[in-house]
Amino acid sequence: MSQDEHSAYNYLRHTKKFPNVWCSGCGIGIVMSALIRAVDRIGLAKDDVAVVSGIGCTGRMPVYLDFNTMHTTHGRALAFATGLKFARPGLTVIVIMGDGDALAIGGNHFIHAARRNIGLTAIVVDNSIYGMTGGQHSPTTPLGSRATTAPYGNIEPPFPVCELAAAAGATFVARSTVYHAVELDRYIEQAIRKNGFSLVEAVSYCHTTFGRLNKLGPAVDMMRRLKENSVTKSAAEKLSPEQRAGVIVRGVFCDEDRPEYTALYDEVIQRAQEGAGAAVRTTGGLG
Amino acid sequence: MTARLMQGNEAVGWGALAAGCRFYAGYPITPSTEIAEMLSRELPKLGGKFIQMEDEIASLAACIGASVGGLKALTATSGPGFSLMQEHIGYAAMVEVPCVIVDVQRLGPSTGQPTSPSQGDVMQARWGAHGDHPIIALSPTSVRQAFDLTVQAFNFSEQYRTPVILLLDEVIAHMREKVELPAPDAVRVVDREITRVPSEWYLPYGDALSDVPPMASFGMGYRYHVTGLFHDPAGYPTQRLDEIGPWIERVFRKIERNLADIVLVEEDGTDAANTIVVAYGATARSAQHAVKLARGQRAKVGLVTLLTIWPFAEEVIERVAHMARRIVVPEMNLGQLALEVERIAGRRKVVRVNRANGEMVTPMMILEAIEGK
Ligand SMILES: Cc1ncc(C[n+]2csc(CCOP(=O)(O)OP(=O)(O)O)c2C)c(N)n1
Ligand code: SF4
Ligand SMILES: [Mg+2]
Repeated sequence: MSQDEHSAYNYLRHTKKFPNVWCSGCGIGIVMSALIRAVDRIGLAKDDVAVVSGIGCTGRMPVYLDFNTMHTTHGRALAFATGLKFARPGLTVIVIMGDGDALAIGGNHFIHAARRNIGLTAIVVDNSIYGMTGGQHSPTTPLGSRATTAPYGNIEPPFPVCELAAAAGATFVARSTVYHAVELDRYIEQAIRKNGFSLVEAVSYCHTTFGRLNKLGPAVDMMRRLKENSVTKSAAEKLSPEQRAGVIVRGVFCDEDRPEYTALYDEVIQRAQEGAGAAVRTTGGLG
Repeated sequence: MTARLMQGNEAVGWGALAAGCRFYAGYPITPSTEIAEMLSRELPKLGGKFIQMEDEIASLAACIGASVGGLKALTATSGPGFSLMQEHIGYAAMVEVPCVIVDVQRLGPSTGQPTSPSQGDVMQARWGAHGDHPIIALSPTSVRQAFDLTVQAFNFSEQYRTPVILLLDEVIAHMREKVELPAPDAVRVVDREITRVPSEWYLPYGDALSDVPPMASFGMGYRYHVTGLFHDPAGYPTQRLDEIGPWIERVFRKIERNLADIVLVEEDGTDAANTIVVAYGATARSAQHAVKLARGQRAKVGLVTLLTIWPFAEEVIERVAHMARRIVVPEMNLGQLALEVERIAGRRKVVRVNRANGEMVTPMMILEAIEGK
C-alpha cells in the first residue's frame, strides 16, 4: 500500500457508507482523494476541517469524509458555509459543488462569496452537465453539445468558471482536471492555504450522461480526452485564439492577498466596542 | 431598566440579544429592516456577528451554518423574503438546527403593499415549506410582547432543536410603545443541550428521553454528518423504512409531547361566556377593546389571545367552544386561522371578521360580530 492510499484511509468514514453512490469510472472520487491528500499534506486536524456541499452527484462527497460535514441544499452550500465560517473562523471550511450547483442555482452566492473574500475554499467539480438529474445542460455545457434538455444541441455559451471567480474577487483561482490528479492536489493545497476566498475548478466528466448523449465513449475515453485536450497556461499563451477554442487551460489564474472577511469583521467588533459608528441612524425605508 | 419609547422591531432586536443571539444574517426588506439595522450596530458590541447576505435564501442558510457552528442565529424578513426562505425552513426542521425567523407580515402576495399591515402569512408559516414537518410560530400583540416572544422563540428553538417563526404584524413592528424591558438577569434563557458523551459514541440524531438529541457544534471534536436527506441516528442518509418512520415520529413527538409548554394562550373571561373572540397579533388589541365595549352592554364575552399560532391551540379552543354559542375570529386576512377554529369548533357558529386591504380590523367590526349584527 502506498503512502497516499494509507493516508486516505485515515480520512474516510468506514462505519457505513461504502460502496459510494457514484458510477464506476466517475471522476468525482478523484477529486475527493485529491482533497484528502491536500488536507493531509497541510497536516490539518480532522476536527478543524468542515466540508460543506450542495446537491448533485458531487454534493454527495462529504458523507464519505471523516470531517465535520454538511450536505446542504442545491446551490446554497456557499451561503451555509459563509455562516459557519463567520461563526467559527478557526475552522477550515471547504465547499464542494457541481457546476450546476455552483453556477446556475448558486451563481449569485458564488460571486458574492468571492466578492466578500471570505476564507472559504470552493471546489467546483465541473463535468459540464447535470449528472444527478440525468444529463440536462448546465452553465458550463459547451456550445453545440447535446443534453437531455438540449436535444438539438446547446445554444447557451458556457461560463468561464475561473475568470468569473477572479473577476468577482476571489484571491486564489486555479483549474486542473481529474486526469492531472497530482496537479489537482497541489492546487487544492494552495487554495486551502490561502486566507481568502479560493476556487479550484476540477474539470471532470460524466460518461453516464454527457458521454453517452454526445457519443464520447466510456470513462477511459473521456479521461483520455482530458489529457489530450488540455494545456498549461504557459503553453496556451503560445496558441492562436482558434487553436485555443475548446481547449482546457490548466494553471493558477489568480493569487493575490486582500483582507479576509472574518478578519475585517474582527476590526468591526473592535470599533464597535470602542464606541465608534454608533451614531448611524436607522431609517427603515419603504421597499 | 427604565421605561423607554420603543418600536416593535427594536424590541425584537433587544429580545434576541437578551436570549443570547450572537449571529444575524439578513437581506433588507420593509417592514423588517430596523431589526437588521439595530443588530448591525449592537451585535459587534457583544462580540456577535452581523452579515448582510445577497438574498433571503442565503440569509437563512448562513443562520443555519452559524447555528451548526454553535451560535444562536436570527434572520428577519417580510413576505417576499419569507417566501424565499421556505426551502431552508424545511432544511432546518429536517436537520433539527435551532434558528429563529422573524416574518414582519406585509399586505398581499408579491410586492403587495410593503408598509401596510396584514396577517396573511399565517398558513404559509405552517405549510410554506414542502413535506410534513413540525413548526413553531409565535405572534406578539404588543411591543413588550415582541421582546418576550422573541426570547421565547429562541428558547423553544434551542430546547426543541427546531426553527421557530415569529409572525409580527407591521403595526406592532413600527408602532412605538412605552416599554420597560426586564433586567438581563431576569430573562429566562434556554441553551441547547450539548452532548457530554465521548465523540466516538455521539449520535447527532440518536434516541433521547426528551426526543431532542443533544447537539455538538462543528469544531468541538465531534465529527458528524448533517444532511437534508432522511438520515439515520448517526446522521447518514438512509432509505430504510425502519429509520425514516421513527425519525418522522420523533420530530413530531418532540413538539406534541410538549404542547403544554409550547402553546401560549391568554384567556380572559372564557369560563362564563357564551360568545368567544379568538384573536392574535395586532388584531387582538382591537378585540380587547371590542370585548370591553360588549361587556359594558352586559354581553357575556370571553377573549382568547393566541400567542402561539403553531402548533394550533386545539385543546383550548375545544374547551371554550364547548361552552360557547358563537366564536368570533377577527383576522387581517381573508380567513386563515378561522379555518383551524372551524375545524375544532364542530357545529358551533364561527363568525369570521376579515379585512385584507391594509387597514386594521376595528373594534366596531368585532363588536358587531359579537352582537350578531
Ligand atoms: C432547488 C432544487 N432544484 C432542483 C433540484 C434537482 N437537482 C438535483 S442535483 C441537480 C443538478 C446537479 O448538477 P451539478 O450541480 O452539475 O452536479 P453533478 O450531479 O453534475 O455533480 C438538480 C437540478 C434540487 N435538488 N433542488
Ligand atoms: S451520473 Fe455522471 S457525475 Fe454522476 S456519478 Fe455517474 S458518472 Fe459521475
Ligand atoms: Mg455537473
